[in-house]
Amino acid sequence: MIHLLPIALKSAWNRRYTLGLTLIAIALSVTLLLGIERLRQDARDSFADAVSGTDLVVGARSSPMQLLLYAVFHLGEASNNLSWQSAQRLAAHPAVAWTIPISLGDSHRGFPVLGTTPAYFEHFHYGDKQPLRLARGKPFSSLFDVVLGAEVADRLGYKLGDRLTLAHGMAHEDEHEPGHAEHGDKPFTVVGLLARTGTPVDRTVHIGLEAMEAIHLDWQGGAPIPGFAIPPELVKKFDLAPKAVSAVLVGLKSRAEVFAMQRYLADYRDEPLMAVLPGVALAELWALMAVAERALLAISALVLVVSFAGLVAVVLAGLGERRRELAILRSVGARPRDLFALLALEGGAVTLAGALLGTLLLTVLTAVLGPWLEARYGLVLRLALPTMSELQLLAWVIAAGTLASLLPGYRAYRLSLADGLTPRV
Amino acid sequence: MSQPLLDLQDVVFRWPGQAAACLDIANFQVAADEHVFIHGESGSGKSTLLNLIAGVLLPQQGRLTALGQPLPALSAAARDRFRVDHVGLIFQQFNLIPYLSVLDNVLLPCRFSRRRRERAGDMKQAAATLLNHLGLGEDLWQRPATQLSVGQQQRVAAARALIGQPEIVIADEPTSALDAARQEAFLGLLRQECAAARAALLFVSHDQRLAEGFGRRVDMAELNRAAGRGGDEGTAGEAAGAAVPASLPHPRPLSRGERGDQA
Repeated sequence: MIHLLPIALKSAWNRRYTLGLTLIAIALSVTLLLGIERLRQDARDSFADAVSGTDLVVGARSSPMQLLLYAVFHLGEASNNLSWQSAQRLAAHPAVAWTIPISLGDSHRGFPVLGTTPAYFEHFHYGDKQPLRLARGKPFSSLFDVVLGAEVADRLGYKLGDRLTLAHGMAHEDEHEPGHAEHGDKPFTVVGLLARTGTPVDRTVHIGLEAMEAIHLDWQGGAPIPGFAIPPELVKKFDLAPKAVSAVLVGLKSRAEVFAMQRYLADYRDEPLMAVLPGVALAELWALMAVAERALLAISALVLVVSFAGLVAVVLAGLGERRRELAILRSVGARPRDLFALLALEGGAVTLAGALLGTLLLTVLTAVLGPWLEARYGLVLRLALPTMSELQLLAWVIAAGTLASLLPGYRAYRLSLADGLTPRV
Repeated sequence: MSQPLLDLQDVVFRWPGQAAACLDIANFQVAADEHVFIHGESGSGKSTLLNLIAGVLLPQQGRLTALGQPLPALSAAARDRFRVDHVGLIFQQFNLIPYLSVLDNVLLPCRFSRRRRERAGDMKQAAATLLNHLGLGEDLWQRPATQLSVGQQQRVAAARALIGQPEIVIADEPTSALDAARQEAFLGLLRQECAAARAALLFVSHDQRLAEGFGRRVDMAELNRAAGRGGDEGTAGEAAGAAVPASLPHPRPLSRGERGDQA
C-alpha cells in the first residue's frame, strides 16, 4: 500500500481543481454544521443562564410562557399587572426571603427599561448563581438615576454621568418619529454600568420603581395629559409608591416551600395570580424552540449530505477518465484491492481535510466576526476548543465521508476486475 | 526445449454467462528468449490469450504454466505478483500515467515488485540505460508523459516493460498508433532490447507485414480452435482491441481527462 501513496498524491494533485472544489464544499458545510451546533449550544447556555437562584416568578394570571418572557427576557409586555399591595404582602410572607418587584413597559432606543428596587442588585443572580456586578458606579439611589446593562452602554456609548431620556412603550432604536411619546421632560443620569453577563440584563436599562412612577405622573392611557405637566423638581411632592408592578421575582427561605407557595399564590383571593418555577418554564420554552433548533441542524446535515454526494459524484466521474490509469497501475502490479484502497483513501482524505479546514474556518470566522455578530445580532459565538458534541459531529462527518468514498472504491475494484489490463474506453 | 517458459495445453476460456468458448488452445509453448509474432484480427481471441498469460483471466479448463508455475493454482494476489515480477506489458496506446514523469513511469514496476527492483540494480541507472537505448534523451526524462509524442510514449512503455528484466514481454498492438516508418524502428528497438534482456517477446498484431524477422509466427485463427465458431468475444470480452479501432489514421492525442490539469 505504502508504495501507492506517492502515486495517489500525484494523481490527486493532477486533479487538484475538482478535488479542491469538493474539499471547499465539504469544508463549508462542516463550518455550517459546527457553527449551527455552536450557536445552538451557546443559545441554550445563555438561555438557561438568564436567571438563577430565583425560586418563583409571580405575575398576574396569564400564560406561564408569557410571564417568563417578559419577567426574565424583558420581551413583550405584561398583559396584566399585579397590585403593589399584593407584591408587598408577598414580600412579607414568612416563607419569602426576598422579592424583586419589576415593572416594564418603557424603552430607551430599543432597549427595555426595567423599573425595580435596589434588591435587584443584591438578589438577582444569573448563570451559575452569579450575582450582578457593577463594572463602574453604583446602584441607583436618587430618583432619576439609571444603571445600564453592559450592551446598552457599549452600543450607545454611555459613560457615567451621561444624561438620557426614556421613551414610552417599546420604541425601536433610532426611531424618532415626531410625536412619538417621550419622557423628554425628565432626563436620567447614568450612575452605574453593569459588568457583562451574557443574559438579557446586558440589554436592559434599570431605573427605580419610584422613577417609573414619576415619569408617568402626568400621563394617562399611554399619552401625556394635555396641558398638564409636572416638572421633575416637583415630582417628589407626589406619592411615588407604585400602584402596580409587572412581576415579582421571589426567593424563598427554603426551596422545599416552592410548591406550597405556588399553591398559595394560585389560590390568592384578592386578585388572580400565578407563580411559575423559572427552571421548569425555561425548559418548556426551550422545548418550543427545540423544533427550530432541530430544523436548523437538519438543514445543515442536509447540506453536508449534498456535499458528500458531490464528493462521490466527482470521484466517480473522475473514475471514467481514470479507468486507463487504473488499468496501467494494474498492469504494473497493483492489485484490485490496491485500487479500491486508492479511491477510498482519496475520498476519506478529502473528507478529513474538509473537516479540518471547516473547523479552522469556523475558528477564524468566530475570531473575526464574533464581536460583530454579537454587537449586531446578539449572537454569542465563543472562541473555544471543540466540545465533545462537536467532536462527535466531526467524527460522524468523517465516518460518513469515508463510507461514501467506499462507493467509488468499490466501483474501481469492480472495473479493474472486469477490465483486466485493457480498459474499454 | 527443456522446460518451456510458457506452456498451454487444452486451455479453454469462456466468458461468464456464455456457452461457447472464446478461446480453445490445444497446445502452445514459448521457450525462454523466444520472439513470437502472433497474428490475429480483432475478435480472434488474442487479447484474451494475453490476459490469460498475464494472469488476469483464468481458464476454465486446461493446463497453463508460466515459468513452471501453474497460474490457475495461484491466488489472485499471487497472480498479480507474478505479473509484475515476470511480465512486462506494452499496449496499443495510452500506456503512461499522465501525471507522472517519463522516469517515474518507467520505474513503476519497480515500485510494485521487489524482484524487478533487485534485478534492475541501480533503478535510475537501469532506467537511464533503457531510455538511452530507446532513443529518449535525458532532456525528456523529467517531463510529464503527456508532453511526449505517441511514438516516444510507446518507447517509454517499452522501457517500462523491460526494466528489471522480466522473463516475458507482451506487446499488444504496440505499433498500431505509429506510422509505417516508426513502426519498423520501434519494432527493431523492442526486439533488440528484449534480446539484450534475454526476455521472451510475445508480439501481437493484426499487421502481417511486421512479422518479418520473427523466428516464429503464430496465427490466432489456427491456434484458437474456438475462433470463428461462435466465440462471441467481440462484444463480451475482447477488450481494447475491439473497442478501440485497431488502426487509427493518426496518433490520437491524449484526451483532456488524461492530460488532466497539467499546465
